[in-house]
Amino acid sequence: MKPQTLIIQAHGTNRDYDVAEALTLAGADPHPVPLNDLRAGKKRFADYQMLVVAGGFSYADSLGAGKLLALDLNSYFNEEISAFVESGKPVIGICNGFQALVKSGILPGESPSPGGRGARGEGATLTFNQQGHFECRWVTLKPVSQHCIWTKDLKTIIECPVAHGEGNFQINNQQQITNYLSPDQIALTYVHPDGSPANGEYPANPNGSMLDIAGICNPQGNVLGLMPHPENHIYPHQHPQWTRGVKGNSGLALFKNGVRYASQV
Amino acid sequence: MPIYKFLVHNKTDDPRGDGLLKDAHALGFLHLKSIQVRNLYFVEGQLSQEELQQLALKLLSDPVTQTIAWEEISAPPTPPEPDSVILEVSLRPGVTDPVAAEIVRAAHELGINGVRRAATGQQFILYFDPSVSQSDSIRLSASISATLLANPVIQHWKIGSIEPSFPEEAESSGQVETITIRNLSDDELLALSKDRRAALDLAEMQAIRAYCQKENRDLTDVEFETIAQTWSEHCVHKTFKAKIEISNWVIGNYQSPSTNYPQTIDSLIKTYLKSATDKINAPWVISAFVDNAGIIDFDEEFEISFKAETHNHPSAIEPFGGANTGVGGVIRDILGVSAKPIANTDVLCFGKQNVSFDELPEGVLHPKRIMSGVVAGVQDYGNKIGIPTVNGAILFDEGYAANPLVFCGCVGIAPKGLHRKNPQVGDRVVVLGGRTGRDGLRGATFSSMTMDAQTGEVAGASVQIGDPIVEKGLIDVITRARDLRLYNDITDCGAGGLSSAVGEMASNIGCNVELKKVKLKYPGLAPWEIWLSEAQERMVLAVAPENIPALQELCDTFDTELTDIGEITGEHRLIVRYNDYPVVDMDNDFLHEGIPQRQLKAEIREQRVENSSDSAQITTEPISNHLISTYLLSLLSHPNIASKSSVIRIYDHEIQGGTVVKPLTGIEADAPSDATVLKPFGTKGMKGIVLSNGINPEYGKRNAYHMAFAVIDEAIRNAVAVGADPERIAILDNFCWGDPKRPETLGSLVEAARGCHDAALLFRTPFISGKDSLNNEYLGTDGQRHAIPPTLLISALGIMDDITKAVTMDLKETGNAIYLVGNFAPVFGGSHFDTTIDESIPQVSEITPQVYKALHNAINAGLIRSAHDLSEGGLAVAAAEMCIGGRLGLDITPPLTTRDLFGETTGCLLVEVSPANTARFEETFKDLPLKRLGQVIADPILKLNETTITVEDLTIAFNTPI
Repeated sequence: MKPQTLIIQAHGTNRDYDVAEALTLAGADPHPVPLNDLRAGKKRFADYQMLVVAGGFSYADSLGAGKLLALDLNSYFNEEISAFVESGKPVIGICNGFQALVKSGILPGESPSPGGRGARGEGATLTFNQQGHFECRWVTLKPVSQHCIWTKDLKTIIECPVAHGEGNFQINNQQQITNYLSPDQIALTYVHPDGSPANGEYPANPNGSMLDIAGICNPQGNVLGLMPHPENHIYPHQHPQWTRGVKGNSGLALFKNGVRYASQV
Repeated sequence: MPIYKFLVHNKTDDPRGDGLLKDAHALGFLHLKSIQVRNLYFVEGQLSQEELQQLALKLLSDPVTQTIAWEEISAPPTPPEPDSVILEVSLRPGVTDPVAAEIVRAAHELGINGVRRAATGQQFILYFDPSVSQSDSIRLSASISATLLANPVIQHWKIGSIEPSFPEEAESSGQVETITIRNLSDDELLALSKDRRAALDLAEMQAIRAYCQKENRDLTDVEFETIAQTWSEHCVHKTFKAKIEISNWVIGNYQSPSTNYPQTIDSLIKTYLKSATDKINAPWVISAFVDNAGIIDFDEEFEISFKAETHNHPSAIEPFGGANTGVGGVIRDILGVSAKPIANTDVLCFGKQNVSFDELPEGVLHPKRIMSGVVAGVQDYGNKIGIPTVNGAILFDEGYAANPLVFCGCVGIAPKGLHRKNPQVGDRVVVLGGRTGRDGLRGATFSSMTMDAQTGEVAGASVQIGDPIVEKGLIDVITRARDLRLYNDITDCGAGGLSSAVGEMASNIGCNVELKKVKLKYPGLAPWEIWLSEAQERMVLAVAPENIPALQELCDTFDTELTDIGEITGEHRLIVRYNDYPVVDMDNDFLHEGIPQRQLKAEIREQRVENSSDSAQITTEPISNHLISTYLLSLLSHPNIASKSSVIRIYDHEIQGGTVVKPLTGIEADAPSDATVLKPFGTKGMKGIVLSNGINPEYGKRNAYHMAFAVIDEAIRNAVAVGADPERIAILDNFCWGDPKRPETLGSLVEAARGCHDAALLFRTPFISGKDSLNNEYLGTDGQRHAIPPTLLISALGIMDDITKAVTMDLKETGNAIYLVGNFAPVFGGSHFDTTIDESIPQVSEITPQVYKALHNAINAGLIRSAHDLSEGGLAVAAAEMCIGGRLGLDITPPLTTRDLFGETTGCLLVEVSPANTARFEETFKDLPLKRLGQVIADPILKLNETTITVEDLTIAFNTPI
């Protein structure tokens, strides 16, 4: 049976149908559900095998991207989401969804020990791009973590667009990165088109993220957050160089990994 | 109740401050050393220390990157450091502040229920050179504030601490005035029109007087304002429907017209635009000129709609809000035909960016500030609502300094047969979306007037600030309500607000609405203000009473407000009440048909067409080699030709996943595409749509007839270049002109409309919608008029059967042949090479449609590897851009003259063909103008005559606008 996938539609989510298309191609059965229907109890997290927090501008980015959606996640769905994450089902937050997962403390997340999630919620953030503005361009990503169920065994680079103004991953500058992230929590990094590290160079690293971080996962490896949009590279003709003979759909592999895993949980 | 002030600043860098400092220096404020920007929040409520801390850390700041401080507002402000000035800015009362609303909502969500109201603002700390005295630094700060930091139209600012203005719960004032009209003299009628900024002329005022005399009563202010909006240029296109007397040929320097004109033209729309569409009679046109947008057939399941609007006047006085709501407005046009918006386009015209303040008329914002505000406004709305911005253009001309042009387009898709425009007696009249405030009052009449130094002040209320997330809710609700067939009619609330939307909906049937039910943003609105407000993000629907609960449920799900304000009656009268008291009771026929036809005079001045022998000689002489490089590199850096990537990349052009040919293309994605190809989300098969545009004010200044021909050709050529079927292209017209009461201005408008007609027929390309924005003039305090160049935007919507056949403009492979196709007739009139050369502008050859057909056949047969059209800058620029796209070289073998290289022509493209296909390709172009120019080479150099220019130099020039 196809994994039933919940796509949260907050007020201002707008890449919900893009990711639904990617999930359908990857073999899932996606269900975009308005946040109000979840609040009203019309739909339940527990009835799904996979959870997606999609891209967009929830609450128009008021008071910081993802911040008010994060507040919703913590205020209304704390227990449901904790249970979902702890059960090991795959969760993915893309762009605004990543921002919400970080600002709610679900990412980088607490290791499965007493204290619960959220305790580190104020340690990491996605802040304004170093360029100082929103930018839409294609980037190259290297799947790094073999611990993250979404990137595990992905051998080839992923090309897809970024489209954000607040995607610069930073931690509190008085702290060490190792206090927040173990190396296998770095799921995806920005690289040059030839696969060599971006080393902070613009535009390969489009926003100034530390360690070229494009995506991170929680310690368990089932929750992935990333700024770029692999859901916008699932067909060959989406690639900017398809008229030059480049054949690609490299964003799809990530979703196939998630779906494969969801079918096993 | 206590008010707390929260001040947030970045711990390390401050990109906003750095950006502002750069802008301030560009504007000449060189004594400014640095600016710091801090977010300012005001929160009113009974709050504990713990709650204040929670607000500060959980809601108002990002503890990783920012620090926050707060104090009760009664505390004395901190004195500034000696060499700095503190300046605070916040919104004026009544200006939409969505963030403030979110603060209150989110505070309650956090359990901090004591928060009553909130407001937002910014604090700027300005540091000056030590040499600047304190009094000078305060004077300079005031001036920086007025030119850069605050816009008095929507904001107030103060040196030191500002008082916040909070939104209030709302009650209307209920005041209705009676306007005596029956016994007014003609002079008094005109005075009344001026006094109420109605922009009605004497004949129109007389028609109103006659109606009052016939009905034996005077009008309420609500009725008078309703008529003024309904009859505004913006809403009824008086000039385009006028009877125009062609009065006078001016000979002298000018030739008499080549065509026999009728003595009078009865409606430009009927005579030239609609008639072209009717004559072409394309079976795939579903709706032209009648709906909010034009509609064409896509496939068996879907139809595609397209509309472009302008938002020029609002963008001149408040660039961000003007452009922002321009985008929002045209998206609602697409919702008004029950379609889902899938792409935005934007074409922008600004004054020259390096103009000094002294050269600008008083009261005009600097073109740099207008541009950055407009671009930010387009970005904000399109990105947030989730519609890709995929096609556009940016042009600079001193004529746009006081009157920028902002064209916003939107494309939609809908299942066939679900759009309804058929209100039924007994239907409820329902408003969906945002609340009503004083924003945008009299916008329709405002946009129909010439602006002057006072316009910003008096028309301040004409500017709206958009809320794209509210409009996103409208898309979610309306597309679902359409599929469930919950409404019988739908229209957007645009210019004229409810008066126009409800009035139009009821125009053939009648309605009875109650203004007291309309939900308001704040108190004190008079009934006429409620009725006319152009508050954004509202749609009006006619809904059968039994469908209201289902619609309400959808609205609740998507956080959209629904207000039932009355019913459709069948009495053929427009009845509007306030608290049950009738404030409008008017005959539909008078309101919608009673406007007298305007009688206007036009004077046609046609520029001579023969070329002077001097220029012809100069430009056909051989050109020295070093000049080729100099000319070409400087053309590539010309602001109109150079890369627009810094703007394109701040628009999301990838969302919805359908952007198959992107606005920037090539191996480094930095070369300009001719057009965009989209594969609409959710459609089957490989069919796609193509979007392109044509615009050329330089030609417009010289010959409006041939300009119209050239821009229609350009839009079609761009679409065909990427693969659109030339027999499946529909176009939109947007005319932006000066004051049509001046006969020579109207004369060029007539010529442009005639050109549109003739060109549309030549290409068999129907108009499906159009719009005009006239009176784009600014009256300086010195009495001088600043008018825009005659500007016609043609937006093209094409269909291609198979997007996998699409062609991009970047060179693909070494060894491929390069051909020039089309009737190559380069001239210098209006050229970017030299606008002062006295020649005609390019004209369109009758063979051009056959060239495009042949090219399309070649593309379909897979014979074309790349194609790029010749436009501004001519052949040399086109060749250079193709090299940039592929980072490959090009060896052009035939010797070329200055005219060949840099003259401008219509109807021509450069195409790349692999050696295996050259014979078949040449066969496709048998008997058509075709010339082999050379071949693609691996060495990254462009060879023209004996000159070589490296592709690297071309790329640098193209990416460095001057």
